[in-house]
Amino acid sequence: MYLIGIDIGSTSTKVAVFNKNDQKFTELFLRPTGFSGVKIADEIYEILKEKNYFPSFITATGYGRVSVKYANFTTTEILCHALGANFLFPKDCTVIDVGGQDTKAIKIVANRPEDFIMNDKCSAGTGKFIEVMANRLGIDINELYTTAKKNLNIKLSSTCTVFAESEIISLMANGVDKTQIAYGIIDSSAQKVASLTKRLENEIYFLSGGLSRVSLFKNLLANHLQREVFTDENAIFCGAMGASLIGLKKEKS
Amino acid sequence: MRMDFDKLKKRNSFELQNLKAEGKPIVGTFCTYSPKELIYAVGGVAVSLCANDESSINIAHKELPRNLCPLIKASYGYAVSKKCPYMNASDIIVGETTCDGKKKMYELLANHKPVYVLELPNMTNKRSLALWKDELISFKEFLQEKFKAKITQENLLEAVKIHNEERELMCELMELNKAIPSPIKGSELHEILFASEFIYDKKEKIKTLKAFIEATKQNLEAKISDKKRIIITGCPSGGVYEKIIKQIENLGADVVAFENCVGTKNYRNLVEEEGNLIENIAKRYLEIPCSVMYKNDKRAQIIKEFIKEYSADGVIDIVLSGCHTYAIETNKIREASKEAGANYMSLETDYSRQDSGQIRTRLEAFIELL
Repeated sequence: MYLIGIDIGSTSTKVAVFNKNDQKFTELFLRPTGFSGVKIADEIYEILKEKNYFPSFITATGYGRVSVKYANFTTTEILCHALGANFLFPKDCTVIDVGGQDTKAIKIVANRPEDFIMNDKCSAGTGKFIEVMANRLGIDINELYTTAKKNLNIKLSSTCTVFAESEIISLMANGVDKTQIAYGIIDSSAQKVASLTKRLENEIYFLSGGLSRVSLFKNLLANHLQREVFTDENAIFCGAMGASLIGLKKEKS
Repeated sequence: MRMDFDKLKKRNSFELQNLKAEGKPIVGTFCTYSPKELIYAVGGVAVSLCANDESSINIAHKELPRNLCPLIKASYGYAVSKKCPYMNASDIIVGETTCDGKKKMYELLANHKPVYVLELPNMTNKRSLALWKDELISFKEFLQEKFKAKITQENLLEAVKIHNEERELMCELMELNKAIPSPIKGSELHEILFASEFIYDKKEKIKTLKAFIEATKQNLEAKISDKKRIIITGCPSGGVYEKIIKQIENLGADVVAFENCVGTKNYRNLVEEEGNLIENIAKRYLEIPCSVMYKNDKRAQIIKEFIKEYSADGVIDIVLSGCHTYAIETNKIREASKEAGANYMSLETDYSRQDSGQIRTRLEAFIELL
């Protein structure tokens, strides 16, 4: 029997497979979401079938959770991220997840999510901000992360995607190197995320989601929070892992 | 019984025309601070003008800033475009110096309608009371002059009594929801509270309320319910009813109380019937726990009491974008809620539908965590 968590985010879809017999995650994998939640959900179904992960209990989460017609249960990504993060990092902390379209922070007290906040109707401080800026620079998002070079004089708006974009245009017109603008973009995001999550201030933080693999972002976030930020190599799967773990409780009832 | 309120709501705009034809003074109000007893005593009818949808907001953007509270913009938009029958029917509009947004909106509104603004103090001490009492006396004189009618001790006492009776019944109705499970769905209670504002004949309203309360009491069932119980507080909820109140119910939780202007702020506390009536009226209105007041500690206290009395699991604090006073009070209400053992979430939003999906995710996560 497998407990499967599927987290359909706006950028990528994460899948976690938990084996109930040996109480371990047997597989974690990721696919780009593409334009259709339904299509990726069908694709995942085929993969799971091929790999013989049935019978299983499937929990879907993320903004595309409604597209997973074959799910046994659906739940919000907030609860899932909290549970997944707590599995990887079982300490009281504030979990920060920078998603493709929302950024959220969840405060964990005694292994339970106690409070959470999300960004308002604004894309600054979300993955979308970085994506738009990479497009403007004409580079791939991964290239933006790897080539970023420190120049503290390059500051970008951290409150408005549209203004930041026009700032980039004028920086490029002035001949500023792309790599330095890339650094400014990451720093601006980290600053916005730190201010968004201020209300759930904590002693330590755990970074989940896609940006957990970008060490520059993690370090800059720690600078702005003035606290230590932890993560895990599998932190990108937090939502999916949390969804699998919810299945552990739900499947019984 | 619910149908009765619905019918009344439909009937009321015709009713208003009849009242106007009869020569009854129609007084438009925007706030729970408007002294309704004085309007009643002069033979007038108080109608609520707060707008609850976004259709007229863009018209208001000609004169009002975009980041202003949606309630103020929508109400102003209706006034300017002459699309609101209640606004059109009003002989005068009464305002109070509550929040900065409304205060300045009344200045502009005066270009379109006769507006009378009472100076509401922003504190609740002795001097504030004296000022507020003075304001009520001036308003009384203004009403008498304007509508050529006398406010006597007798008709003022009658006005006080009938409003007290109405308040007691409204509180009794709302408090029925202390029962588990709550007998009146939050959405239904919201509709009743809202529609009842438009019943102009107080005697008819009292009769309808009594019958509704009796019928509800008859049907109280002692069932076991594991539904989570939520208190709504903060800014007026009329304009975000679909997005928040209905949605909470769709997600399987119950809204049990409204600690806002639609609900308890409008109806709690009675006017003392003995002694100087104007002073008693002044005192009652200064008790309203609105965030415009300096050191508004009463609201946190009420939230704590409500959490216990209504066995609530969570508190949702509605902040309309641009409402600074309620936004700043969120921390205080968060602490009060936690102290009383309930979870808390503040939701900043406006009248538009663009954030419905995001609001739904937040509500869903909030209910999951209860």
